[in-house]
Amino acid sequence: MLRLDYDLYQALRAHGEETYPNECCGVLLGKHEPGIGNHVQQIVRAGNTRTDSAHNRYHIAPVELIRIQRQARSQSLDIVGFYHSHPDHPAQWSQTDFAEAHWLGCSYVITSVEHGKAVLTNSFQLLGTSEEDKRFHDESIEINLAATTAQTQEGQA
Amino acid sequence: MKIHIPTPLRTYTGGLETVSVSGATVHGALVQLTTTYPELKANLFNADGKLRSFVNVYLNEDDIRYLPEKEAAPTQDSDELTIIPSIAGGCCCL
Repeated sequence: MLRLDYDLYQALRAHGEETYPNECCGVLLGKHEPGIGNHVQQIVRAGNTRTDSAHNRYHIAPVELIRIQRQARSQSLDIVGFYHSHPDHPAQWSQTDFAEAHWLGCSYVITSVEHGKAVLTNSFQLLGTSEEDKRFHDESIEINLAATTAQTQEGQA
Repeated sequence: MKIHIPTPLRTYTGGLETVSVSGATVHGALVQLTTTYPELKANLFNADGKLRSFVNVYLNEDDIRYLPEKEAAPTQDSDELTIIPSIAGGCCCL
């Protein structure tokens, strides 16, 4: 299960609307809670380096990931997942998403954005112990409607 | 020197986010890392012993693939290595 506060949920969906018709992407910071799942406490927007095909591809520059990882470390948080949008495409992982997924244990959140409006948001946890046995597992999203964390930050793309 | 371990690989370092190793080169540091934590090896290297294509290794701020000496680049105790798997994807429509 993926847990996050309502404002963070709304923020990552809004990001997909802002970048439409291109894909957005970002990083989920928080803590993995054994036996429960990933608890997101902050989201960080990232730049999409796939400017050659931004409507159907995303890629986060490793150097930006390192900056975000340092930021997480300074706040005693971990990278627990990533998010991106599928403009005019279902909120389901694609073969490209699977082939490019390497963060075992992390959550991959996908929001479908239809005609500029965020529609569905799904999360898939990457399970397995290696590239050879990795697999996506549908995970439920628990949204805390009462809390607001105001922890969305602009990445330094 | 310090090696920063990404979230998915901490399973193999006993949960450690940062591991201290000695090593005169990037390669030497990675060998020591995988000697201490052997389960990391298959996640970092392919069968030919080369870094997997999706594994990025940065020496301080530099991607080692773009350093003149690459994995043979010399290191000092004050250096930091960061292992960071790539993150990419996208919907399948072309």
